[in-house]
Amino acid sequence: MLEVTDLRVAYGQIEAVKGVSFRVPEGSIVTLVGANGAGKTTTLAAISGLLRPRAGAITFDGRELTRLGTHTITRLGVVQVPEGRDILATMTILENLELGAYGRRDRDAVRRDIARMLERFPILGQRRGLAAGSLSGGEQQMLAIARGLMARPKVFLLDEPSMGLAPQLVREVFRIVAELRAEGQTILLVEQNARKALAISDYAYVMESGRITLEGRGADLLTNDAMVSAYLGGIVIDAPPVVDPGPT
Amino acid sequence: MPDINWSQQLLNGLFAGSAYALFAVGYTLIFGVLDILNLAHQAIYMLGAFCALVLVTGNVAGLGPLPGGMQLPFWLATLLAMLVAGLLGILLDRLAFAPLRKRPDTHFSGMISSIAVALIFEALATWLFLPQRSQFPAGTIRPGAVTLGQGALSYSRVLVIVAALVLVVLLTVLLRFTKLGKAIRAVAENPKAARLLGINVEAIYSFSFFLSSALGGAAGIFYGLAVSRLDPTMGRSVELKGLAVIILGGMGSVPGAVLGGYLLGLTEVLSVALTNTSNYRDAIAFVLLFLILVLRPSGLLGARRVREA
Repeated sequence: MLEVTDLRVAYGQIEAVKGVSFRVPEGSIVTLVGANGAGKTTTLAAISGLLRPRAGAITFDGRELTRLGTHTITRLGVVQVPEGRDILATMTILENLELGAYGRRDRDAVRRDIARMLERFPILGQRRGLAAGSLSGGEQQMLAIARGLMARPKVFLLDEPSMGLAPQLVREVFRIVAELRAEGQTILLVEQNARKALAISDYAYVMESGRITLEGRGADLLTNDAMVSAYLGGIVIDAPPVVDPGPT
Repeated sequence: MPDINWSQQLLNGLFAGSAYALFAVGYTLIFGVLDILNLAHQAIYMLGAFCALVLVTGNVAGLGPLPGGMQLPFWLATLLAMLVAGLLGILLDRLAFAPLRKRPDTHFSGMISSIAVALIFEALATWLFLPQRSQFPAGTIRPGAVTLGQGALSYSRVLVIVAALVLVVLLTVLLRFTKLGKAIRAVAENPKAARLLGINVEAIYSFSFFLSSALGGAAGIFYGLAVSRLDPTMGRSVELKGLAVIILGGMGSVPGAVLGGYLLGLTEVLSVALTNTSNYRDAIAFVLLFLILVLRPSGLLGARRVREA
């Protein structure tokens, strides 16, 4: 469905993405994991047309995206929830959701979708008339996801949805992502929280300094030695938690 | 203390305030959406006024009568002139701002190139409409005046107040409640987020210039009619006041521009009434501006935080 081939993106002289290829098949959840600065966010920016790639191809349903404007790409159904959420803080929660459906013409269906989002995310429902800036970080993340869904994405790009959230909210975000996957939503997820991301991924790519260094099924990578030592804190997934023996 | 006709001062203040507010809403709209100061707004204001004059008289002073001798009623001429002013605004954006949009110094370079466009527009107007003072023909609107207590205000000045009220309400409704207005506010707050939502940001920029300039043109038409004075540099005197008004109200805030406009208008009129001379009018108005900014650096209704380093 979404295919990236030998993508290269540079900021001036500095090449941040150095020939990356991956595929996001329909109905699956594919994850890019990797440390800060590995080029994950830059890759997403190129897919959404926020940055022009230096070379390579990005095709969606056989259509080349690299020459299109961001708003056109969003309207085609490649919808991104950016890192840092980019909530419209001065506008109300309801207005944020309405703008999520900006490219849609089916007014009645939009109204039904808004009602569904307010039901699915009860916090948003209770505060629909308030400025989005009054929400907490976790609530803003929920709003960003709900707003993205309002566009009825064919491919949903989620950039670091768990960043900066308390552990309980991180779990909540991953629960929602897994739920969307179960509903058949195609997702490209970018995460630093590799362990949680891999656990819900069908397939994953590991990025390092602008290149893909490892790829495989999510479950396989969770137990891959190189992966474990580099990104999963060196603790094998099934090892028992370290328990403080207490005073002896 | 001079004997003051308070109702007359109130009417005068409302008139001046309406003129400032109408000029300033379009000015502040562009600042709110694009973060730039459009120093050609005053030239659009002037061209809008002349365009309406041409449509009303069927004559271009520097060239002669229009073919066909067409003379339109004032209201129709106003609507068409606002349309022309709006289109000139789009042209202005394409000429002065769009080519510089990607530059890191776009705010500053855009400001300079808008000064250039303003000078070109003024030169064009001097050629087409001659440098001297022009005015709408007598009888363009019904002569007469509205009286309030001991005060009276001519219909043409009342028209400025009514037009400002109507246009500001329309603009507010557009920005608050329509899909287009919400898109404009989204672009104003965060262009990148707006793009990702599927909003064509460049199209919104063009429309914002159209809207701002149509309003600016209207301000020029109504004020030009009310004071019976149109000339190619008529925008210069209102430009600095307009800037003061939008700073006072809070840069980018439409309600702030309205509030600021009336505050400045009333202050000016009062200062003249109290000192019995207009010598100190501008000084008193700008001292007030200074004091308000000391107390509220972001302006009266400025949501925008003062830029941090």
